[in-house]
Amino acid sequence: MELTLWTYEGPPHVGAMRIASSMKDIHYVLHAPQGDTYADLLFTMIERRGQRPPVTYTTFQARDLGGDTAELVKKNIKEAVERFKPKTLLVGESCTAELIQDQPGALAKGMGFDMPIVNLELPAYSKKENWGASETFYQLNRTLLKEKVSYSEKISPLRWKEFGRRPKVNILGPSLLGFRCRDDVIEIQRILSEQGIDTNVVAPLGASPDDIERLIDAEINICLYPEIAEASCEWLKRNFGMEYTNTIPIGIKNTIEFINEVHKKLDLPLTNKKELEHKSKLPWYSKSVDSNYLTGKRVFIFGDGTHAIAAAKIAKEELGFEVVGLGTYSREMARQVRATAKDLNVEVLITNNYLEVEDAMKKAAPELVLGTQMERHSAKRLGIPCSVISTPMHVQDVPARYSPQMGWEGANVIFDDWVHPLMMGLEEHLIDMFKHDFEFIDGHQSHLGHTATNTKDILNSDEKKETNSKEEIIWTESGRAELIKVPFFVRGKVKTNTEKYAILRGIPEISDETLYDAKAYFS
Amino acid sequence: MSKVEFNKETGPREVFCGLTSIVWLHRRMPDAFFLVVGSRTCAHLIQSAAGVMIFAEPRFGTAILEEKDLAGLADAHEELDRVVNDLIARRPEIKTLFLVGSCPSEVIKLDLATVAEKLNKRFLGQVRFVNYSGSGIETTFTQGEDGALKALIPLMDSSDEEKLLLVGTLANNVEDRFKKIFRNLGISNIESFPPRQSTELPKIGKNTKVLLTQPYLSNTVRDLKHRGCEIISAPFPLGIEGSTEWFLAAAKTFKISELKVHEIISPLINRAKLALESHKEILKGKRLFLLPESQLEISLARFLHNECEMDLIEVGTPYLNKDLMKEEINLLPDNTKIVEGQHVEKQLDRVRESNPDLVVCGMGLANPLEAEGISTKWSIEMVFSPIHGIDQAADLASLFSKPLKRNQILTSKTLVTH
Repeated sequence: MELTLWTYEGPPHVGAMRIASSMKDIHYVLHAPQGDTYADLLFTMIERRGQRPPVTYTTFQARDLGGDTAELVKKNIKEAVERFKPKTLLVGESCTAELIQDQPGALAKGMGFDMPIVNLELPAYSKKENWGASETFYQLNRTLLKEKVSYSEKISPLRWKEFGRRPKVNILGPSLLGFRCRDDVIEIQRILSEQGIDTNVVAPLGASPDDIERLIDAEINICLYPEIAEASCEWLKRNFGMEYTNTIPIGIKNTIEFINEVHKKLDLPLTNKKELEHKSKLPWYSKSVDSNYLTGKRVFIFGDGTHAIAAAKIAKEELGFEVVGLGTYSREMARQVRATAKDLNVEVLITNNYLEVEDAMKKAAPELVLGTQMERHSAKRLGIPCSVISTPMHVQDVPARYSPQMGWEGANVIFDDWVHPLMMGLEEHLIDMFKHDFEFIDGHQSHLGHTATNTKDILNSDEKKETNSKEEIIWTESGRAELIKVPFFVRGKVKTNTEKYAILRGIPEISDETLYDAKAYFS
Repeated sequence: MSKVEFNKETGPREVFCGLTSIVWLHRRMPDAFFLVVGSRTCAHLIQSAAGVMIFAEPRFGTAILEEKDLAGLADAHEELDRVVNDLIARRPEIKTLFLVGSCPSEVIKLDLATVAEKLNKRFLGQVRFVNYSGSGIETTFTQGEDGALKALIPLMDSSDEEKLLLVGTLANNVEDRFKKIFRNLGISNIESFPPRQSTELPKIGKNTKVLLTQPYLSNTVRDLKHRGCEIISAPFPLGIEGSTEWFLAAAKTFKISELKVHEIISPLINRAKLALESHKEILKGKRLFLLPESQLEISLARFLHNECEMDLIEVGTPYLNKDLMKEEINLLPDNTKIVEGQHVEKQLDRVRESNPDLVVCGMGLANPLEAEGISTKWSIEMVFSPIHGIDQAADLASLFSKPLKRNQILTSKTLVTH
């Protein structure tokens, strides 16, 4: 049993709903009690969808448990098939139905329907949402393509040459409730098309079962979101020999690397290599002198595996930040995130507990947080600027404007989204610095709330009390005055370091000089 | 009883379960903690329904069952014990801990009552433990509050003192208004249940006159009766009419003359009628379809028809207690179609066929209906907004007039220039 106050991921059947809702001509009969219908609002409210998710909930009640819940399942399946006439039927159960073991998938298969039926077994007590989405997508591909395995030849990535046409690829992984998937797909299709590569199928987002059956018309698969698509890509590779890409095109370097990888796999000459470096404004914006102040900014990163890893690379190599913390809630991606953290020589955090993330954030004393909506709240409490880079989805993560994370435009979006909060951080500092000038009126409101500019409380903070209880340290007038001059976003760190230094050296009183001594010592 | 048409329907539903009540209950009693014993689905449900991201440490959480907890109940009880110990250590300010049963905990027959009893002994004088079920196999949405209140009744001491007990969660400001009006009427001993602090439970007994503020408290009412309380029969205090009848019913029980009631509330009524006017303008003659969710539907239908002159197509309710709703049903127009339960697909067919001007529904259905060109009002807002009482009648009406007004603005042709 695990005490959970808030969770990054929903249960696995919500992952299955993401696949079903992303697609056309599919219906999902979910053996579940009435309360599970809450999940519809994730799609209709957060994604602002104008259609209900294609899901029928069997709505069993306590009084049904003594009787025949299997009959109830069959009745709902029959009604759903008659009403919605899906081309493929998904059948599964949520946490409670798993316990009563009606085996709805087997029941459905015994009902004599013509359409393919996918029996989803998603263990609700050990797995989570992304796993559920991945498994559903995999089972769906398997069901719809398994008959073709036996007579299909291995697909050569080079066969487009024989066919005398442009190479074709599938884009796999984008789904509803995935971070900026809607726009990433457009961006990636545009990039591929510029390179003379056609998109065969995008799935699951916008695909129908017919499209799934056409997957093998492409030469290779683009695994855009490994959380959702890696299992499927791996199966397509094993059974049809289809190669798939490993590079996630988030950031300039990865986008170029991605284009290289696609060309190499297809044996398609890359003719516009030089051009690629000028496709996005990020490299120049990052190089321009105005961005000098970004150098070595301390950044703390937490999110799903794909976005956290990409963010770490961009932060370090493309913006010149220092990554001071990296973590993910995706256990399935833990290995990759660990490897990235090891490369960066930072501590890694794999957890589903947001309070642990907040603690790690506090400890790392970053100047910028890249996280989920929950980290945005934690950062706000700590007075640290934050940009959101990952699910869980919030209505704000589905902006009206075109706003991808991937490709050239994605890099532009990332530059703006990450740097603007920092610039505002700088603004805060200026406001703080100049607030004694007569132009400033009292009560100037900071966008970070009162935490950011509150200099008065700095010496009365909990941190101080803790330090004092261990070792009696006094801040003199001059020490205090000097500390207040330090920009607010590093003030906490300077204070802790100075006190640490004072204890180390046995200095009972901290003066302005001690501050400078400490600064020299730690630099 | 007026000639109302009663129907029952079963089938797939689109409603919240009783766990959702925690969203307002935890705010009513800030010294209490609600620990759901359930699955990741339960945790995800509450955080999604509440949009909770803003709290550092919310006063509710879920003890998520894992594979190993399902293997043996004895271990599950032990595990729950451990989780509670950790929680109490971390949150010493908790005075009452609600152990809330869920669909999975009910199905595996986790005995929360015994766990609560054991914990009560261990934490005697520090934390009180009560248990109830908010599971979706037994409860719908507001019925969670019914369960929570019922669970508190055994902790309430007995007293034969005469008092008026307002039962059902109210917004604090509304509660204050009601108490002031009752005091002006000459009723001085007034208490609320649930109280604002979980430890300040009212004493009850044979001279306790219970006045319900919410229509969804069937089980609580039954247990209060067993403790000797008198239940005042009245419509619910939504809108001017309902609130007036409600005050009158209370006054009658306390032998206060009707004249006195009218003297006190007339100025309020006049003021409220004035405020209601502009909303009535919009709502008048518009056709309303209420989907089931909160059990407030019948009272809302009565208000929107009698005071705002809307036409009622269908009034859905997840559960109908005819006895408790007697006074409300009497106020409904003849031939009102009440449907208890739901077959969401068939009901949506009826929505489309009847082409209503406004549909009251859950959040899962609102945008899809809007996309079909049907204006909606989400029912969850009724349990979060202060809508009770005469002074709030216009605010209540505005919840329904706003979507219509907005629709009017956005579909207006006057701005088209090309």
